[in-house]
Amino acid sequence: MTNEIMAELRKDYIYNLMIKGEREDGRAFDQYRELTIDTNVIDKAEGSARVKLGDTHLVVGVKIQTGTPFPDTPDQGVIITNLELIPLASPVFEAGPPREDAIELARVVDRGIRESQAIDLSKLCITPGEKVWMVFIDVHVLDDGGNIMDAASLGAVAALLTAKLPNKRFDLGDDVNVPMRDVPVSVTAVEIGGSIMLDPSLDEQSIAGTRLTVTSNQEGNISAMQKSGVYPLTTEQINYIVDIAIEKAKEIREKFLVI
Amino acid sequence: MSKPEKLIENGIRLDGRRPDELRPIKIKVGVLNRADGSCYFEFGRNKVIAAVYGPREVHPRHQQKSTSAVVRYRYNMASFSVEERKRPGPDRRSIEVSKVSREALEPVIFQEYFPRSAIDIFVEVLQADAGTRTAGINAASIALADAGIPMKSLVSSCAVGKVDDTLVLDLFKDEDNYGQCDMPIAMTPDGNITLIQMDGHLTRDEFTEGLEMAKKGCLAIHELQKAALIEKYNSQLEGEVNDK
Repeated sequence: MTNEIMAELRKDYIYNLMIKGEREDGRAFDQYRELTIDTNVIDKAEGSARVKLGDTHLVVGVKIQTGTPFPDTPDQGVIITNLELIPLASPVFEAGPPREDAIELARVVDRGIRESQAIDLSKLCITPGEKVWMVFIDVHVLDDGGNIMDAASLGAVAALLTAKLPNKRFDLGDDVNVPMRDVPVSVTAVEIGGSIMLDPSLDEQSIAGTRLTVTSNQEGNISAMQKSGVYPLTTEQINYIVDIAIEKAKEIREKFLVI
Repeated sequence: MSKPEKLIENGIRLDGRRPDELRPIKIKVGVLNRADGSCYFEFGRNKVIAAVYGPREVHPRHQQKSTSAVVRYRYNMASFSVEERKRPGPDRRSIEVSKVSREALEPVIFQEYFPRSAIDIFVEVLQADAGTRTAGINAASIALADAGIPMKSLVSSCAVGKVDDTLVLDLFKDEDNYGQCDMPIAMTPDGNITLIQMDGHLTRDEFTEGLEMAKKGCLAIHELQKAALIEKYNSQLEGEVNDK
């Protein structure tokens, strides 16, 4: 409720700034907030990353263990992505089973990694039909400052890039890196009063009608997209967002996610 | 079925369609008695039924909004609708589909006309063959109109995908399973996009081309939706004339 009132109060403020081509924190429309990614922050996890994107703060842990493959893909490993919006991270989050927002976030993060074929799933097979590696990607949001989507997918990719298959623990030889062959990067834009802004802050996100997430791979091709929110977008707006998202993803990848 | 060697041969798809051709569509409006509006929609081998209830009181009360109606959308797959029995009830996929489908329809509904009330949309998938969310949105949009809910326009939806490096309209099951991309779209007849999702692999140019292809598909569906609504009310009118 507090959030809704704040959003109402700040709506005019943000609109008026937008008309002048400005944002509340002085950023350009296509500028991200300060981003830091630290990897290997959790020793017990096979891979981990802490992401700070402006006020948004989250930790991604990758746990890897053996399990049985799905019957329709007996020679491929399994990726499972989970994200919870726990009450610690925001006054508006509640305990209990994940709701549609959390499920959507988790599924978009998952699709970005899965559909870009960033992980070579065939290399996660130990004994076809019997034993494969199961990769659990768990996103733990600690502080919601807006744009959890991008922070979570950056964190997931960063954690995977440093993750090791725990061969030793399962008597399978030496630990090796998770077989990564691409670095997908998600970029989220919001539409506010006809303008497009990247990396929305919490206030911007709460007054935006719609956001569009575009995940692109190293070659600059698109591997996942998701529109979220009740306002429609025009073809021009979508094409514009796709263009800047691909460009921005390249910048972020080169700066933060070198293999 | 294992992956077919070719999903497209001499420009013709496995089910005999050209790349830019929709599956056959069958629409029936007002198929349920208790619902305020309803629609049965067949999209190739997909069979879905949509019902709209409302505007009506909101239960639970705390969900109501003081300045507009709440729109709720429940997408549900019947356990027998797919090859392997689906466990009944909502799963993560259907919760996400419900969310994006609701958001695809909300922009056309005059929600502010009905404060403190609910507009409930229920979509049941009786048979699934790729494209159930698009079929559901098409059906729900007609059911809303049938319920007399004030709307800015209908919403039409179809997917575009890529198989064997060729863009194709409206994927059916095998193309969805073994294809390279799936991109469902929903839009209003004036070209506003209310739903876009995508997974798989598309180059920048393929994306632009695919979006245009999907828009053409949506416009074709829009004509069929209109025709189905007109047909229902024409036949009602004729019935009344005959009664007199």
